[in-house]
Amino acid sequence: MDILDIFLSASFWAATIRIACPLIFATLGELICERAGVLNLGIEGIMTAGAMAGWMWVYQGGDLIGGIVFAAFIGALFGLLHAQFTVILGVSQHVTGIGITMLASSLSYFVFNMLLPNTTTPPKVVPFQTIDAGPLANLPFVGEVFFQHTFFTYLAFALVPMVIYILYKTPLGLALRTAGENPSSLESQGISVFVIRTIAVMFGSSLMAVGGAYLTISAFDAFYFGMINGRGWICIALVIFASWQPGKALLGALLFAGLDAMQVRMQLQLGTFIPYQVFLMLPYLLSIAAMVIVARKAKYPKALLQPFRRGERN
Amino acid sequence: MVILEIDKISKSFGSVVANKDISLTLNQGEILALLGENGAGKTTLMNILFGQYSADSGQIKAWGKVLPAQSTDAALKAGIGMVHQHFTLAENMTVLENVMLGTQSLLSWRTDTQAARAKIANICQSMNLSIDVDLYVADLSIGERQGVEILKALYRDAKILILDEPTAVLTPQEVEGLFEMLRSMQKSGLSVIIISHKLDEILAISQNIVVLRQGQQVAQVATATVDRGELAELIVGKKVPEPINHQLAPGEPVLHLEKVNLFKSSSEKYQLTNINLLLRERQIIGIAGVSGNGQRELAAVISGVLKINSGKFEILQQDARKLSIKQLTKLQVARIPEDRHSAGIVGDMSVWENLMLEDLGANPCWRSGFLINTSAAKARAEQLIEKFDIRCANMNMPAKLLSGGNIQKLILARNFQLSPKLVLANQPVRGLDEGAISFVHQQLLDAKAGGSGVLLISEDLDELLRLSDFVQVMHDGKLSKAYPREVLTPKLLGILMSGGQLDSADHAADLATRSQYHAV
Amino acid sequence: MQFEAREHTPVAFLLIVPLVAVLCSMLLASLLIIWAGQSPLQGFALIFKGAFGSSFAITETLAKTTPLIFTGLAAAVAFKAKFWNIGGEGQLYCGALAVTWLGTGIVDLPPILMIPFLILVGMIAGATILMLPVFLKNQLKVDEVVTTLLLNFIILLFVGYCLEGPLKDPMSMGWPQAAPIIDSGIFPTLIERSRLHLGLIFALLAAVIIWAIFRFTLWGFEIRAQGLNATASHHAGINSNWTIFKVALLSGGLAGLAGVSEVAGLKGYLTLDISPGYGYTGIAVAMLANLHPIGVVFSALFLASIFVGADFMGRSIGVPNFIADIMVASSVLCILIGLLLCKYRIRFNSSRLKQVIS
Repeated sequence: MDILDIFLSASFWAATIRIACPLIFATLGELICERAGVLNLGIEGIMTAGAMAGWMWVYQGGDLIGGIVFAAFIGALFGLLHAQFTVILGVSQHVTGIGITMLASSLSYFVFNMLLPNTTTPPKVVPFQTIDAGPLANLPFVGEVFFQHTFFTYLAFALVPMVIYILYKTPLGLALRTAGENPSSLESQGISVFVIRTIAVMFGSSLMAVGGAYLTISAFDAFYFGMINGRGWICIALVIFASWQPGKALLGALLFAGLDAMQVRMQLQLGTFIPYQVFLMLPYLLSIAAMVIVARKAKYPKALLQPFRRGERN
Repeated sequence: MVILEIDKISKSFGSVVANKDISLTLNQGEILALLGENGAGKTTLMNILFGQYSADSGQIKAWGKVLPAQSTDAALKAGIGMVHQHFTLAENMTVLENVMLGTQSLLSWRTDTQAARAKIANICQSMNLSIDVDLYVADLSIGERQGVEILKALYRDAKILILDEPTAVLTPQEVEGLFEMLRSMQKSGLSVIIISHKLDEILAISQNIVVLRQGQQVAQVATATVDRGELAELIVGKKVPEPINHQLAPGEPVLHLEKVNLFKSSSEKYQLTNINLLLRERQIIGIAGVSGNGQRELAAVISGVLKINSGKFEILQQDARKLSIKQLTKLQVARIPEDRHSAGIVGDMSVWENLMLEDLGANPCWRSGFLINTSAAKARAEQLIEKFDIRCANMNMPAKLLSGGNIQKLILARNFQLSPKLVLANQPVRGLDEGAISFVHQQLLDAKAGGSGVLLISEDLDELLRLSDFVQVMHDGKLSKAYPREVLTPKLLGILMSGGQLDSADHAADLATRSQYHAV
Repeated sequence: MQFEAREHTPVAFLLIVPLVAVLCSMLLASLLIIWAGQSPLQGFALIFKGAFGSSFAITETLAKTTPLIFTGLAAAVAFKAKFWNIGGEGQLYCGALAVTWLGTGIVDLPPILMIPFLILVGMIAGATILMLPVFLKNQLKVDEVVTTLLLNFIILLFVGYCLEGPLKDPMSMGWPQAAPIIDSGIFPTLIERSRLHLGLIFALLAAVIIWAIFRFTLWGFEIRAQGLNATASHHAGINSNWTIFKVALLSGGLAGLAGVSEVAGLKGYLTLDISPGYGYTGIAVAMLANLHPIGVVFSALFLASIFVGADFMGRSIGVPNFIADIMVASSVLCILIGLLLCKYRIRFNSSRLKQVIS
């Protein structure tokens, strides 16, 4: 089997779609925050919190959809906290984000340990099951690639046009983009920058948390320590790679997931010649490479990282 | 009919009183001028009216109803629109998006662009504006951007339009166009409050004038009843003598640019094209131009921030193309940056630390090797603070808390302590009050008298014509030839600034107006 | 709500703010301890006892303080210049890897030379790995936050590879660990039968040196100016790329030193778990100290005592020791508010309040 065989196997393409999902959620979440002018470095922790919250909801007997909603709610809470610091008070977005990541992940682990003391192997839940697509699922190749996925997977892909619509076709989206370009423009049109940015950060954070929950109640069935494993940081790189555009973010996530799926398959073949760590490094190396490719012409939202203080005299 | 009443508004920032008990009224169809020097409190008052600041006391009534404090939304709903001096446009968005922002409920599910286009077309027609709404704001000229700002207000059905220093960025010709538009708006029933410190323009456009001085209201008069002299006296209180430029014999060249080109960083388009400039000792050359035509890049080249792509660039007859900024300062090049807050000082550092930010001269007294001699630095700071009259509580306070004028004095002190050979002054008096302006101008003239060459970049034509020996005009990255000050008028400069050429007919026609201008 | 810049910050503020931040984080921790069914007072007493209750506890706390001083200084130096080096963890492992490579027999010198040699090697290693993000930032404008973060993961995987492959100790019986550092390279212990080693002295020395750099040298002045207003310092002739390069050398070197001190001082050999996130905690250490080098020593001591104490509390009454991380994170967030209050006075809009009330 060589690289061509990988491309010809339906399971590779199906895996690509699955691996892309958490990245899509979290990348869109980060993108929304940044389009409104707020860098959210809490992403890694918020994904952890979402993964734990969604899983715990289901483990405690809640239904799966409830798990998504609960994860989103927890994410929004951390988003609110982040917004209080970076939007209302206008303190350093970098430090706040790192603080939120530390807080959200340690709180998740703490809660997990509190509710499930003395567990050695992580307990499992029944995750989302493949949606029965009827005869479509049996189509050769296409069936396996596109029609044997869970509800959660389709949700991720449905989210992209939704976010595009909101950002570019609604007054709210216009206000959100303006908040990231020139907040005083927003303020002079009678809209509160604080409100818009807070909404954006809360919504974005809830998407990040949902991305985390995808891992524990759709892709896998358990929560374990360190499971986000830098995915959040990768998503920040993806946002830059996508030049802050949701459509390109989807492409980036798919491209990235494809390379990740390929990496796993190549590991099986080449594992004896090349140490497995090299393959595990690939996602991180690729993220750096992706940023290098676009960095020179990156069009940052102009007000990214700039706090807005009303009525401050400069 | 009185549509707006401002009643005893007071506002202070910390210990600075920006407005004290200011009251005024505005009638329908009236153009009211708010006059006063920089820092008199005009903008603060209008920001309170527009709901961006809250007043400490007093209230505002529009159409008989009290406006809630600090609510821009309420002001907009009451039909008040404001065009800020620094435009509040998002550059990476289209005109349409900028205009539509905030006009629909944030909860509605789609933006109604069709209706918006129709309405904009309507307004443009009645106001004689022509704007392509699908262009990005970044691609518009300054004058066009101002049009968009006015359109934004009219789109929201403004009945009262506040214009903060609208003419500061325009050529004299564009100013006439703006005034025409204001008059036609006035005819259709709109009221306008126009903020300015330019007397001639105010006399030409307004019906009533309110004069502010140091936060206090000193007069509300009908325009027809006052003349220029009376107004000038009202604004300043006592007349500050304006320093005079004496012609001196120029010496050796201190700055020489020949066929200089500077590419834009990403694309192939030039930012500066074929720039020629020769500045000698004991000479002031003024650079005029509408902002955004390459003056900023020219200043960046001369201060070493940008490196040119081709051409000859000499400072003190040395090749300066490859010099670092540090080496430039060692050549005794004094640089007054355009944005004194962001490029001139480190706001969170103390005054004395800011005074040693640039180490002019090879070996400043406060340095021994790589160590800083704090006591020497402070001693020197003390001298400079005294010599340049920098008003600060103490030299350890953060520099950002100084007033604009004192920040500029700090920058001057740093640059002028060892008589510099070349002075680059970019908008040196923008936003300063009269006292500070004449101080800065005096320093520039003293530098000239002391043997330096001064390059003065400014958008204020009066300032340029008063201080410069020669003026060159920047348009679209190109620099005109040097015209002696005597042959220029604001109107002629306006033609050059908008890319026109001076032919002899223009010139002759303008010579007549010039004598008039000097008489006023 | 409006912010008004203060003309000067009361000195007392600078001391009170960290204390209040710590109190706030303790408040949050109390809630969690109550949730765990224990009394917060007892909990904090146990934390204190665990950290300072015996001479053994004290030496353990100080041993844990050592790497945190190094990583805290690394973060403080970088953050002063607004160079967001979040890669302290990776640089630490690079330092550790380098001393393992050269300290396990390839080079053998008398201790008086061997220890400085290892320190130098570790610093060079830590600084070198940071050169990639610096190069990408200075030359290609790639944001350093993400590159330094992602490098942590890459380096950790590389260390894992080394421990399973080329650097694996043949005597380790299958465990992924490296051969021990030779005797002449081991930092001597400061107190008999404790794990407290010479690294602490080096750490304190480093703090003083960094403090002196910021206080007395032109370079420190340039770093501060660059961090506070990059535009103005560039305009004034401070070469930002060069400053960042120098800052990165220092910051990476300090983080690498943390790795040296853990391998050659505390443990004696390299494993994959020599650092439970010291690189990340260093950021908290630096923030809690408001980036002041001497303050770093105290905040490192404080956080180390929380970690050691929380472990002890976890063993005694079963409160998960993640509570230590929660306290660290929440005190970082609280200190941000505190520092804001040092710079600004927050004025609530009285006229608006009146309107709401009436």
